[in-house]
Amino acid sequence: MGRSSPLFQLYLTRLREFYRQPARIFWVYGFPILLAIVLGLAFKNRPPEPVAVDLIDGDGASAVETSIDTYNARLHSSEGTKNVRRDRPPILVHKLPEAEALKRLRTGKTALVVLADAGKSQPVTYRFDPTRPEATIARRVIDDVLQEAAGRTNPRPAEDLYVTEPGSRYIDFLIPGLIAINAMGGGMWGIGFLLVNYRIGKLLKCLVATPMPKRDFLLAVMGARLTFLIPDLTILLLLGKLMFDMPIRGNVALILLVDVFGALAFAGIGLLIASRTSTTETVSGLMNLVMLPMWLFSGVFFSAERFPAAAQPFIQALPLTQLVQALRAIILEGAGLFDVAIPLLILGAWTVVTFYLALRLFRWT
Amino acid sequence: MSQPAVRVRNLTKQYPGRDAPVLAVNGIDLDIRVGECFGLLGPNGAGKTTTVEILEGLNEPTSGEVEVLGLRWGTNGREIRERIGVTLQATRFPEKETVRELVTLFRSFYRSGLTCEEAIGKVALESKLNAFVEQLSGGQQQRLAVAIALVGDPELLFLDEPTTGLDPQSRRQLWDVVRDLRDRGRTVLLTTHYMEEAERLCDRVAVIDHGKIIALGSPAELISRLGGDHIVEFGLIGDGEMPPADAFSGLESVLQSRLEGDGGYSLTVSEPHRAIPALLAELDRSGLPLARLTTRHVSLEDVFVSLTGRHLRDGDSESTADAPRTRRRGRSRRAG
Repeated sequence: MGRSSPLFQLYLTRLREFYRQPARIFWVYGFPILLAIVLGLAFKNRPPEPVAVDLIDGDGASAVETSIDTYNARLHSSEGTKNVRRDRPPILVHKLPEAEALKRLRTGKTALVVLADAGKSQPVTYRFDPTRPEATIARRVIDDVLQEAAGRTNPRPAEDLYVTEPGSRYIDFLIPGLIAINAMGGGMWGIGFLLVNYRIGKLLKCLVATPMPKRDFLLAVMGARLTFLIPDLTILLLLGKLMFDMPIRGNVALILLVDVFGALAFAGIGLLIASRTSTTETVSGLMNLVMLPMWLFSGVFFSAERFPAAAQPFIQALPLTQLVQALRAIILEGAGLFDVAIPLLILGAWTVVTFYLALRLFRWT
Repeated sequence: MSQPAVRVRNLTKQYPGRDAPVLAVNGIDLDIRVGECFGLLGPNGAGKTTTVEILEGLNEPTSGEVEVLGLRWGTNGREIRERIGVTLQATRFPEKETVRELVTLFRSFYRSGLTCEEAIGKVALESKLNAFVEQLSGGQQQRLAVAIALVGDPELLFLDEPTTGLDPQSRRQLWDVVRDLRDRGRTVLLTTHYMEEAERLCDRVAVIDHGKIIALGSPAELISRLGGDHIVEFGLIGDGEMPPADAFSGLESVLQSRLEGDGGYSLTVSEPHRAIPALLAELDRSGLPLARLTTRHVSLEDVFVSLTGRHLRDGDSESTADAPRTRRRGRSRRAG
């Protein structure tokens, strides 16, 4: 392919058009990075928040305080060791007169009010709204502390194993989803919207009035799309790896192959929605029609398996679902080519069908 | 006679309309000679663009025969495209490309042609070689579109309303490009609704209205068909009773007298030096003082009004006389 070949020149034009538009570069590369950072930080694993309770100033109050102080001190001394119990948060106690504590409960300023009679075996009363999750947690935590202080022993030793190692956190779940979302956005904006804009601006007509081989034009647009996929993928993988210590367990070449299959499927859909459309409004509507269900159902931000079983055949048929699942399987579980054969087949089917229809329907003028 | 650059026989194009099918092109015959600048004139919606797009291979005729450079679109499309250049109405090029990059891109589509610099030189855009499309004025963008059409060194160039919406200076610059092409023996097919443009550039023009050619010939021929060469326009002082247009039709050398929409009169005359003294004497005799008087050459615009005026109305002189002035009439027809 020489420098003056139509294919090369068309491809070059597409590349230039993209990298000369800083706004586009932000939306394609900057936005997913920001999204990953914001969501990654929001769902970061942290030690449990302290539990705050109001204690009614009465006969048994000081004994309760002593038990809680002992508990807090033990919690503090175990910090940094392997045995930190993450379901046991520190407890903050406010000792208040009854009327004030109850007012604070009514107005939602505290979640739990504790009233204890003097003496270790005397009753304890918890007042709380059972529909508030933090209230039920606080009740359980305080009750354990008080019961153990009163002499309860736990006859059966229990061990908690926490799943917090890289590879199973929310950010690990999210980054393959963002890679897939980028492949979808690229097909819609970089193919669908682009071609409709060319049609509106009569550029398609102007090109087709020349001896330009039509095949070269479409190849150049597709080639540019796949080229942009490389920085797309690299940036998000590096972000996951360097900033969040996300494991990349599978083969990087396989990740790229799956991403290319996904990008081709979305390029086909983009081409199809652009094949006859000649207004910006229509193409925007069609793009939303395609993208919205996939944003919602394809399991980018939360697992697609939460949707009812009846909806699963539809959800599994969506190209984004397959792309997200295949990327997650390779990146997080180290799946091989054979393991992602079905997603590749489904994405391939989308590509073949959409291209076949689009090329039959496509209007240059 | 050598083969024409464009040969069209009984061309029709029908579009599905809201109520009934619309016949955008209704039986056009056309021969455009090699080396001439041919103008297709008519109001918007007359069928010019449809006709030209069929010739350019961008639209399919409903029926009829089309030969471009002796070739047919169905069998020799690629060959024709190598040898023609097309400038569409208002193409929007990608805004972040430079002039040189875009012309280089289009050059790559042709087997042979001009160099990028030659094409840009033809439209005098050398100073904008490395400017982005978005930095060009409307006239410069239009010249870029022409450079792109010229880069394959076409034997036949199509220009669809190349100067619509341009300022007078940009328009003149484009006219120079067209004249230069014609001087080098290339064939140009130009569509326009500016009569002045056709008069200045074209060797021959076809006036097209409602999908039909209603007049064909050189601008001078068409003008001479009106009978006179000159138009005398005048107005009278006062809002008293106005004499009818007929009052002046009998004066020496006056061929036609019309009452214009603005209350003035328009006389088609063959010899102004005879008609004007006669007119002045007549006004003096009737005690009608003159408010203004101008003379000008008959233009294609007058031809167009005279042709479509008959076509539009039922042909009686009264409605012609009541019609608004020529320019406005052209516009109201376009809106209709």
